[in-house]
Amino acid sequence: MPEALSAPLVVEFPFTRSLGPVQSAFLTGLRERTVLGVRTAGGKVLVPPVEYDPVTAEEIRELTEVAATGTVTTWAWNPAPRPAQPLATPFAWVLVRLDGADTALLHALAAPGPETVRTGMRVRIRWAAERTGAITDIACFEPYDGEETGRPAPHDGVFTDPVTGIVTPARLDYRYTPGRAQSAYLDALSRQRIVGERCPSCHKVYVPPRGACPTCGVATTERVEVGPRGTVTTFCIVNIKAKNLDMDVPYVYAHIALDGADLALHARIGGIPYDQVRMGLRVEPVWTEGGRHPDHYRPTGEPDADYDAYKELL
Amino acid sequence: MRDVAIVAFAQTDHLRHTDELSEVEMLMPVLHRVLDATGLRTSDIGFTCSGSSDYLAGRAFSFTMALDGVGAYPPISESHVEMDGAWALYEAWVKIQTGQADTALVYSYGKSSPGTVRDVLTRQLDPYYLGPLWPDSVALAALQAQALIDAGDTDEAALAEIAHRSRTAAADNPHAQVGGPVPAGDYVVRPLRTGDCPPVGDGAAAVILAAGDTARALCPRPAWIRGIDHRIEAHGLGVRELTESPSTRLAATRAGLFRRPVDTAELHAPFTSQEVVLRKALGLDDSVNVNPSGGALAANPVMAAGLIRLGEAAARIHRGESDRALAHATSGPCLQQNLVAVLEGESAHV
Ligand SMILES: [Zn+2]
Repeated sequence: MPEALSAPLVVEFPFTRSLGPVQSAFLTGLRERTVLGVRTAGGKVLVPPVEYDPVTAEEIRELTEVAATGTVTTWAWNPAPRPAQPLATPFAWVLVRLDGADTALLHALAAPGPETVRTGMRVRIRWAAERTGAITDIACFEPYDGEETGRPAPHDGVFTDPVTGIVTPARLDYRYTPGRAQSAYLDALSRQRIVGERCPSCHKVYVPPRGACPTCGVATTERVEVGPRGTVTTFCIVNIKAKNLDMDVPYVYAHIALDGADLALHARIGGIPYDQVRMGLRVEPVWTEGGRHPDHYRPTGEPDADYDAYKELL
Repeated sequence: MRDVAIVAFAQTDHLRHTDELSEVEMLMPVLHRVLDATGLRTSDIGFTCSGSSDYLAGRAFSFTMALDGVGAYPPISESHVEMDGAWALYEAWVKIQTGQADTALVYSYGKSSPGTVRDVLTRQLDPYYLGPLWPDSVALAALQAQALIDAGDTDEAALAEIAHRSRTAAADNPHAQVGGPVPAGDYVVRPLRTGDCPPVGDGAAAVILAAGDTARALCPRPAWIRGIDHRIEAHGLGVRELTESPSTRLAATRAGLFRRPVDTAELHAPFTSQEVVLRKALGLDDSVNVNPSGGALAANPVMAAGLIRLGEAAARIHRGESDRALAHATSGPCLQQNLVAVLEGESAHV
């Protein structure tokens, strides 16, 4: 049994979101150092604003400007900031009720240490130097010793060049471990052998093995070497060049039933003009120096397989 | 309403790492254990529902791979929720109520070890106002804990006592990841210390539901679901009163919790401070045995820990150690969404 394999895996994706009228006005306002809330029918001012009343679900659109100063309603000291959090040095997470608002906004508070932070303390927004229309236009909050300022003032929410969408990049880092069955499969591949697993109940051989028989719901445990030769069961001709793929079109991508396997795997077919590939074509893998899997499959020169020999694997 | 019961429950041992197992390899043994306990085969099951999240291990469509472990071909009647398995159980319960199934297999699994769960969970937050700040799960729980301390609902010593009681109880739970005395530790995000936070780990769980006489045939003492409901708070953290859980209270009312006292409560409180909120919302006093399993502070496989609360409560009824038990599951930051079920053994119902 080989060691369980592992490899770094990075999942990176942008959240691309369009903004409705309320969120657009709020985020554009931040860019202009203006904080907007939204007033509910009950007279509460919600900051950050939402489009629907959290109690009645009524659509709410009446914008109102609140102050850039406020009061901490709860806090938590973060001694070890994580990547992408608002500040790189220890800070307090805070919920802040801005003057003129009835609800609180989550952000970071720059403070020298936890002993300087308390619920009820007065804070003000420290604006980011470069602002784009995002919650991060507030760099953080900072302590402020002034009294409560400003009453909410009506605002039409109109700005020149409003922000209508946001793109929030996200990156998550993983250490991928494929597990028992796939580790064994990859280990065999590194020795240019293709090893599947047989179901103890229905005796089908799965390649690549996923650890369980999807028909019987039991673990596949018996290792079975398959191939290396196989039969093209079906194929397609790729005519559009994929981004970042160094391969001339057209080329053929095929399902290949390796000899001894009960499930077709897929791979590229080479060594034959694309328009001569056919169902039943007998093929074998071509390994390249240092490759971790077959680069492609090529014809063996054997006579084509009978349709009956592979029809169950289509 | 049809009488529906939990008739079998199984869970893995919960571990910090399970590198040698894929998700389906981790899950399969618990599926087999609940099927074996009832003598059912996959083909006997009327409906299958699972709960998991691809973000935890970073594997797209991992729940379809997990289905291999059920034996889902030829195609079975099946569904999935990107939530804790407790909500998969709710969907299965509804399916049985409609009369379209008499039995259901419910399972869930979470493999947090490949990623950094504190960061992963930030991706469930609103992408406009919260997501860009990456407030991690401990930070958000700590804001709630400080609000409770400010309100006089608890203090750090009381939180440490909750941690101690939970881990002491877990010493008798062979599946727990953390059992026995655990030091309070340093602040992770103040006021929460390492001892106030759940362990990070991998695990899976499965239950079988059955209706009426089918349940009686499959289990000597079925755990009847007398009521089940789930409710959600407003999604803005700053809109909520973090020291209260009106959604839990409402779900409990609708599940019939307050009609009669319970003897046992399995609460899904990954952080010590959240038990304080839940006890208030549910009106639990010292007469109730809270989290005899050790709860989520002893093992917190994300996406399975809520289903495990239902399973643990049911298992105590199966064993005759409880007559009427409360099970609770939560999802989202600071107890955002809450599910409450009331389970009873047969004699207690008469
Ligand atoms: Zn099989």
